[in-house]
Amino acid sequence: MIRLEKRPSPSQGWTAATPLLAVALTMLAGGAMFALLGKDPLAAIRTIFWDPLFGEFAWYFRGQLLVKGGPLILIAIGLSLGFRAGIWNIGAEGQYIMGALAGAGLGLALYPDAGRWVFPLMVAAGAAGGWAWAMIPAILKVRFRTNEILVSLLLVYVAQNLLASAALGWLRNPEGAGFPGSRNLSQWPAAANPELIPGTGMHWGVVAAFLAVIGAHVLLSRHQLGYHIRLAGQAPRAARFAGVSPGRLTVFCMGVSGALAGMAGLFEVTGPAGQISIDFASGYGFTAIIVAFLGRLHPVGILLAGLLMALTYVGGDNAATNLGLPAAAIQAFQGMLLFFLLSVDVLTNYRIRFGRREIA
Amino acid sequence: MKRRTLLATGAGAAAAAALGLPARAQDKLKVGFVYVGPIGDGGWTYQHDQGRLAVLEAYGDRVETVYQESVPEGADAERVLTQMALGGAGLIFTTSFGYMDATINVASKFPNVKFEHATGYKRAENVATYDARFYEGRAVIGTIAGRMTKSNKIGYIASFPIPEVIQGINSYFLHARKVNPAVELTVVWAYTWFDPAKEADAAKAMLEQGVDVIAQHTDSTAPLAEMAKTPGVIGFGQASDMSAFKPTPRVASIIDNWAPYYVKRVGAVLDGTWTSTHTWGGMKDGEVVIGEITEAVPEEVRAEAQAMIEAITAGSYHPFTGPINKQDGSVFLAEGEVATDEQLMSMNFFVEGIKGDIPS
Repeated sequence: MIRLEKRPSPSQGWTAATPLLAVALTMLAGGAMFALLGKDPLAAIRTIFWDPLFGEFAWYFRGQLLVKGGPLILIAIGLSLGFRAGIWNIGAEGQYIMGALAGAGLGLALYPDAGRWVFPLMVAAGAAGGWAWAMIPAILKVRFRTNEILVSLLLVYVAQNLLASAALGWLRNPEGAGFPGSRNLSQWPAAANPELIPGTGMHWGVVAAFLAVIGAHVLLSRHQLGYHIRLAGQAPRAARFAGVSPGRLTVFCMGVSGALAGMAGLFEVTGPAGQISIDFASGYGFTAIIVAFLGRLHPVGILLAGLLMALTYVGGDNAATNLGLPAAAIQAFQGMLLFFLLSVDVLTNYRIRFGRREIA
Repeated sequence: MKRRTLLATGAGAAAAAALGLPARAQDKLKVGFVYVGPIGDGGWTYQHDQGRLAVLEAYGDRVETVYQESVPEGADAERVLTQMALGGAGLIFTTSFGYMDATINVASKFPNVKFEHATGYKRAENVATYDARFYEGRAVIGTIAGRMTKSNKIGYIASFPIPEVIQGINSYFLHARKVNPAVELTVVWAYTWFDPAKEADAAKAMLEQGVDVIAQHTDSTAPLAEMAKTPGVIGFGQASDMSAFKPTPRVASIIDNWAPYYVKRVGAVLDGTWTSTHTWGGMKDGEVVIGEITEAVPEEVRAEAQAMIEAITAGSYHPFTGPINKQDGSVFLAEGEVATDEQLMSMNFFVEGIKGDIPS
C-alpha cells in the first residue's frame, strides 16, 4: 500500500528536482501519445526540445525563444508578487491589451513625428494603461471588498472588445483600404521596437524582462516591502500585527503587475506583432499565470519557466510543420507538462511511504 | 524493326529518366500552407486543405506539401513562415487576411521563396495575392432566402466589418429584396471567423426574433445545428458544403474551391512562369461553387437560382448592377452601371434598405 506522509517542512531537494522530473514524465507520456498517432516519438521529442536549441536552424530559433519568452517572463514576474501576497490578478491579459492600446494610441496620435522621445513616451503610456486597468479591481477590492479574481478576469473581456473596436475603428490605418488593423508601428522608426542586435531576438521587451527578474529578486530578498509581501501571503494575521496595510499592499501588487503587463503589450505591439489587430491578444496574459507557478513564484524560476514554455511553443510549431503533428496534439503535450508539474509537486510537501500503515 | 522502335522508345524513356527524374527528385518543390483554423473546421481551412490535396494529386512526386493548422495571426505567423522557408519550402500559401504583414516581412527576407497571400492587398516581387468572389454566391442564396422566408425576416451572421463581408451582406440583401420587396434583414456581428459557441448564440438570438432564413459568414456548422432544432427554418453551408445538414436546414451552400487556383500556381512555379499577380476568381473560374440545392426548395425557385448561376458564370449578369443606392439614399450605381473591382474592394457601406450600422 502506498500512502503520503506530510513532511515537516517542504523538501529543498524535491523543490529543485520536481520540474526536471515533470519534464521527463512529459517526454514519456507525450512520446507515447505521439507513437499512438503514428509518429516517431523520439523524432517528435527531438524536434520539440532539441532542434530549436541545437538543430540546423538554431541560430534563428534561439532568438525566437527570447521573443516568445520575453513577454511571458515580464508579465509573470509582476503576477508573482501579488500571488505571493495572496492577491490574485487573473486579468493580466486585459492589462496587456490596454497597455498596448494606450501606448499605440499615444504613438499614433503623434504620427508621423520622428522624435527620439516617441518610443519612451509610448512605453510610459503602455505601463500607465496596464496600471490603470489593474487599478479598477484593486480599488474595488479595497473600497468595496469585491473579489479581484472575478473583476480582473471579466475586465479581460471588456479589453478584448475595446481591442476589436480599436482595430476596426479609432486606431484603424487610414491608408488601409477599410481593412481592420492599425498602421504598422514596427515599420515607423520612431515607434519601432526592433531587434537590438539583428538575429538575436533581443528587443527592449526582453531587456525589460531581464531587468524585472533582477528587480523582483532584489525586492523580495533585500527590501522591507518584499518581506511584507511574503509575510502577507504566509501569515496574513501576523502581517497585520506587523503593520502591513492590506489595502496598500493590494494597490501596490496589482499596480506593478498591471504596469508590467501593459509594458509587455506595448513592446509586443511595437515589435514582433507590429500593429494593433483584432487578434493581437495571443493569450500571453493567461499563459504567464502558468509560467509564474511553473517558476514557483521565484524570479529565477520564472525566468527558466518562461524560456521552457517558449521552447514548447517554438518546438511545438516546428513539430507541427515538419512532422505533420496536429495542433491539438501539441496543445495536449503542453497540457501534460503542466499536469505533471503540479502533480509531482506533491513530493515537495509529502513523502511517499510504502507498506501498511501501523494500526495504533 | 519492331525491336528497334522498342529500344528507341526505351532509350528515350531511360534518357528522360536519367536527365529529368534525378533533377526533379532534388528540386522537388516543397509547398507550404499556413492555416488559421483546424482542418476539421468543416469550412474555410478544410477547403484550403482540399486544395492542398488537389496539388498532391495533380503533381504527385514532383511536389511535397507541409502545413500548419491554427496559426495565430500576428507575431507567431512570422515565425511559422520563417520556419517553413528555412525548411526549404519554395512556395507558401498564407490562407487568412491577418497574415498579410507577416507574409510581406518574411518574403523580404527570402527573395527566392514565392508567397501567395489570400484576401489581402499587399503584394511584392515574390508575393502574389488571391481571393474569391464570394458575393456571387451570396446573390444566389439571397434569391433563395427572399423566396423562402415566410416571416419576411432574414438574417446574416457576419464576422468582421471588412469589405469582403460587407459585399456579401449587400449582395445577399439586394437579391432577396429583388424577389421579395417585403424582406427585412437582421445582421449580427460575431467578431470571429470560427467560434461554434458564439455562432450558435447569434443564430439563436435571430431565431427568437422570428428570423427564418439565416446565412453566415463564419465557418462552423454550429448555426445550422441550432437551426435544425426549429422546423421550417433554413440556412446555407458556408465555405464547404456542410452536407451533413441536408436536405434541411441546409438547402444550398457556397463552396470555396481553391483547388483550380492552387494547382495552377504550383504548376507555374514548377515550369518557372510564376509571377506576382492578383487573382480574384469567381464562379467562372470554378472558385465559387453553389452546392446542391435540395428538394426543400420548390422547383421554380431552384430553376430561378440555377438561371442566376448560369448568368453569373457566363458573365452576362453582375450581382452589383445599378440602380443601387447606399443606405443614406445617395446613389452608388446608376441604372445599368456595374461596380468596378476597386469599388467592391473598398466597400464600407450598406445598401439602401438594410437597417442598422456597420460597427466601427
